Amino acid sequence: MSRYSVLSLIANALTGQTGWKPAWRDATPKPAYEVIIVGGGGHGLATAYYLAKEHGIRNIAVLEKAHIGSGNAGRNTTIIRSNYLLPGNEPFYEWSMKLWEGLEQDLNYNAMVSQRGIINLFHSDGQRDAYARRGNAMRLAGADSQLLDREQVRALCPFLDFDNSRFPIKGGLMQARAGTARHDAVVWGYARAADRLGVDIVQNCEVTGFIREGDAVVGVETTRGAIRAGKVGLAVAGSTSRLTRLLDLRLPIESHALQAFVSEGLKPLVPGVITFGMGHFYVSQSDKGGLVFGGDIDGYNSYAQRGNLPVVEDVAEGGMAVMPLIGRLRMLRAWGGLVDMSMDGSPIIDVGPLPGLYLNTGWNYGGFKATPASGWCFAHTIAKDAAHVLNAAFRLDRFRSGHIIDEKGVGAQPNLH
Amino acid sequence: MRITCPYCGARSSHEFAYLGDAAPTRPDPSAPDAAEAFHAYVYERDNPAGPLDELWYHSAGCRRWLKVTRDTRTHAIIAVAFAEAGESAR
Repeated sequence: MSRYSVLSLIANALTGQTGWKPAWRDATPKPAYEVIIVGGGGHGLATAYYLAKEHGIRNIAVLEKAHIGSGNAGRNTTIIRSNYLLPGNEPFYEWSMKLWEGLEQDLNYNAMVSQRGIINLFHSDGQRDAYARRGNAMRLAGADSQLLDREQVRALCPFLDFDNSRFPIKGGLMQARAGTARHDAVVWGYARAADRLGVDIVQNCEVTGFIREGDAVVGVETTRGAIRAGKVGLAVAGSTSRLTRLLDLRLPIESHALQAFVSEGLKPLVPGVITFGMGHFYVSQSDKGGLVFGGDIDGYNSYAQRGNLPVVEDVAEGGMAVMPLIGRLRMLRAWGGLVDMSMDGSPIIDVGPLPGLYLNTGWNYGGFKATPASGWCFAHTIAKDAAHVLNAAFRLDRFRSGHIIDEKGVGAQPNLH
Repeated sequence: MRITCPYCGARSSHEFAYLGDAAPTRPDPSAPDAAEAFHAYVYERDNPAGPLDELWYHSAGCRRWLKVTRDTRTHAIIAVAFAEAGESAR
């Protein structure tokens, strides 16, 4: 399969666009692989890509129950950022940000990474202090951050409601390197790049069971037959518990519904990403012009991939409080995804808990930005049978040992993270 | 989604606060395996795709804890009862 380049564009233009090949092979599963990754979303495909690229393992299958990009990869709000506070999180997300910055050259695919910045608004002196602390923590981990005062925010976003009587805007914490990426292009780019390194991407192949030898996991049963493997990695987000039930494992995970919304298209308005500090509302603008926004998860266990009206109202109220002009816009589309909420709000990338099994789960509602580093760290964890220093804190047994990573400080209540 | 409270009748789910799976029960802190039992109680969940017994609190209504059986695949509510034994709708 040829590289995409100006020359390939010109050559195909001169030959009537007949020379383009599918971006990846629609592979038929072989009876056995060295590594099987269950889940053909961003994290699973990135894992396969980095296993092949960084660790030289080429005999890999990615099993996807539907088609590539049909799950959370196609349902998120495309934000990339590394503005975390805690030491277990921030270096990992900053590594993800660095991978985003080189992603398109690395994959030879236009993922439309657009570093237009994120501004987390603050509305009180106390919140300013908290965000100043967060900005300093980011800088300690090598990320960028800038504390903006009210007038600096106004220069960038004059349309916000600065003098709202309940939630006046006092300023914002900005990460200029944050932004958005094209979610579909990310999975397509990883799929194509992994395929070029020999990875089999098997679609419409749902895992229905596991092949065991004693305690060990030595393969999977699927709707397309049994496939054996030396190592099996799970990267299935909100469906994790459905698979681990087959292994009699109980995890610190609940599956919840997260909704997102898109307005009608507008001329360029929102520079980057804006988050409201006194309610849960965040907004960015897509390249097509629609405002993409969202807020809280629905708050109860769900596998339905759709949400309910109270959260629609709550998100709209948050939007109206910070950015009243959205009241003039029509909402075009709303959708729901199935997110894997963990008990401390932070992810799990770990060896085990059974021999031959590797876990990648607990992304809460923030998995998209983590895609490159999640794949990179999960690949390392699978190849070396040990966590990389960047995901060393994302252990499954942290809940037993007490080393939880709770950014929000709400405890073991997944619907509050 | 509407929940039929045994005391108040059918109300919007917005009136209720959600706690989660009703199955975990507080272990005996003096049991020899208490540390392990508390780990399971606080952190580990079945998280089923299908019917689930869960605790909802009618915070904007009668302020009773309810045990709601709900299908997590469809949000269809199968049964609602008071969480505490012996409570009745009067």
